[in-house]
Amino acid sequence: MYKYDNYDHKIVNERVEQFRDQTQRYLAGEIADEEFLPLRLQNGLYVQRLAPMLRIAVPYGMLSSHQVRKLAHIARVYDKGYVHFTTRQNIQLNWPALEQVPDILAALAEVEMHAIQTSGNCIRNTTTDQFAGVANDEIEDPRPWCELIRQWSTMHPEFAFLPRKFKIAVCGSEEDRAAFLLHDIGLQLVKNDAGELGFEVFVGGGLGRTPVIGSSIRKFLPKEHLLSYLDAIVRVYNRYGNRDNKYKARIKILVKAWTPEVFAQRVEAEWEHLKNGPSTLTDKEISRVKRFFSAPDYQSINATESADKLAAIAADNTAFSRWLDRNTQSQKQAGYRSVTLSLKPAGVAPGDVTDKQLETIADLADRYSFGELRATHNQNVVLTDVIESELYNLWKQAKASGLATPNIGTINDMICCPGGDYCSLANAKSIPVAEAIQRKFSDLDYVYDLGDLTLNISGCMNACGHHHIGHIGILGVDKKGKEWYQIQIGGSANKNASLGKVLGPSLARDQITDGIEKLLDVYVENRIADESFLSTYQRIGIEKFKERVYAPST
Amino acid sequence: MPQVLKDHCVIEDNWIPLEASSETVPEGDVLLTYNQWQDFSEQLPTHNGSVGVIIEGNAEIEDIVEPLLNLPLIAINFPKFADGRGFSIARLLRERYNYQGEIRAVGGFIRDQLYLLSRCGFNAFKFSDDTDLTKAANSLQDFSETYQVSADEENPLFRRR
Ligand code: HEM
Ligand code: SF4
Repeated sequence: MYKYDNYDHKIVNERVEQFRDQTQRYLAGEIADEEFLPLRLQNGLYVQRLAPMLRIAVPYGMLSSHQVRKLAHIARVYDKGYVHFTTRQNIQLNWPALEQVPDILAALAEVEMHAIQTSGNCIRNTTTDQFAGVANDEIEDPRPWCELIRQWSTMHPEFAFLPRKFKIAVCGSEEDRAAFLLHDIGLQLVKNDAGELGFEVFVGGGLGRTPVIGSSIRKFLPKEHLLSYLDAIVRVYNRYGNRDNKYKARIKILVKAWTPEVFAQRVEAEWEHLKNGPSTLTDKEISRVKRFFSAPDYQSINATESADKLAAIAADNTAFSRWLDRNTQSQKQAGYRSVTLSLKPAGVAPGDVTDKQLETIADLADRYSFGELRATHNQNVVLTDVIESELYNLWKQAKASGLATPNIGTINDMICCPGGDYCSLANAKSIPVAEAIQRKFSDLDYVYDLGDLTLNISGCMNACGHHHIGHIGILGVDKKGKEWYQIQIGGSANKNASLGKVLGPSLARDQITDGIEKLLDVYVENRIADESFLSTYQRIGIEKFKERVYAPST
Repeated sequence: MPQVLKDHCVIEDNWIPLEASSETVPEGDVLLTYNQWQDFSEQLPTHNGSVGVIIEGNAEIEDIVEPLLNLPLIAINFPKFADGRGFSIARLLRERYNYQGEIRAVGGFIRDQLYLLSRCGFNAFKFSDDTDLTKAANSLQDFSETYQVSADEENPLFRRR
């Protein structure tokens, strides 16, 4: 994992002091509300329905056990004893007091963390695959590149006041686990015919009101040119993005208006001036950053023997075997597996964890996972590099802390935004909908039989819960002051990303679980062999689903 | 006398913006909008005093920059502080066109932007409200280290660390 040197420490500490001064001047009435707004946003502080919310950056999802213990401490001392994992691999506190935020930021800085640019119209935290470095299908570890982007984007002098927020994701594998095509810039690590490393560059993806899948504007960007090319893209956007209407201000709108081809030409023209300039990455810097992500000390393990032993334990224990099946996966290092700790037990807001659970997670990471862990964009936590023979012990400890619900990748592993319980923009609540669904589909055999299924819930069209890209998406809408829910189906977030289609008129809250059950019935009746929900939908289309859900009840 | 924050010092500001209704250019150091500057182009060669021009963040700087480079001052207007286009324009003037004169921020920018503005090449700040310039100057020094290349730093941190 990346470690700060004196330079990084200095920059983050100075940022804390800058914000401390700004907060004091604001509280003294020397800064107007509208001027303080972007200053606090760029330090992660958002005002929501009941209290401010502080969004803490978790660069590309990586955390150390040390940092997690500090987060537990912060949650206890400055908040109500829990934190929320977001869909952008970040962490949110729901109840901090403004006056204490500078102290929270100072506490974070002690463990090399910050909240810089986690909100506001600037370049946000760069996200990536939670299985970076261990994925079987990895082309190249994306994390060093994410760290280079983090440093480049942190207080970039030119891009702190963009037309709108700006999100970058990097994909280093064959499968996409970062929804990178739904980001303002999506970078795919690729190798050219000569075996050299570079990026395919996509722009203009995004969710929100106008969901768009990103377009490729460059097939191969040699790796050393990464930062100057990003400068060129963001400069073109900064100068020409719409600033009159915030709903038309994302880069996706500019790319659409100009067409991706013209946008690409403008970027290339700008880049001509920047190419080979001082921002060109040096081999020395690339290897300096890569060193932080070198492989831990793996033992050499007899893979067959290890697998046999594991199978033997699983054969005796259904609960363990279910968890092993759903919540762990193999990695490229034989004899090791990656474990997903589920933050989605029924009855808890998806992604919420308590201070105690954070401490357990830190302990588990120390004991089994070289002291590191990852936040996922599905709002769970991943422990990589767990030696197979330790899985059973890990499972017992995780289970005792409510972190081992065997539901990863199932309908109950839903993505869910904070919705009307917290968010002032919400049309409807989302957390109670998630809970109702988890309670309804509590029969594990049924849930496993449904296989991989993503269900995403947003409380309004801002789409923080990614409803457009769930196989099933639920969107809160407001009808004459009442909460209703629109159902979409057929979305997906992978290399063949697709946006869901609206099923029909929206449903009342108490009709949703029945509606979902009917969708699932149609799937089960129509699937061929082990076809997934998404594939069945793609084959048979929306009609059958629609008919069933809206059939007059008998 | 009005004041301006320039090169980290609070000094008297001699530059007089030209009134919109003005039919002639009065003597002295005058600050013209880009349109005025074009309208009065015939009078300016014989003008007694200096001439500076105010451009907007949406300027197609590539197309208009040539003659501006001879001026002692180019001001960039911020219609509101959240409009960040001027940051790009200033960097282009300094880094691409090697402009050496004064680049002045005018309009709705705020004190807490000074550090980043100065990184992009602004060296003078003319507030449109009664911001205390001596205090504001502190914000120029919010940071002592930085990652990126910009008008004030030829090399990114990774070439220096
Ligand atoms: C409670 C406070 C929150 C508010 C007021 C809020 C507000 C917004 C708004 C206005 C947008 C749309 C922006 C646009 O399209 O330009 C948005 C998008 C988004 N938010 Fe939130 N949000 C909140 C919390 C969260 C949380 C907790 C998460 C993660 C669980 C999240 C993740 C996202 C994501 C992933 C997007 C979509 C990004 C895109 O359009 O590409 N937000 N949010
Ligand atoms: S989707 Fe809407 S309701 Fe949910 S957090 Fe975002 S803005 Fe709030």
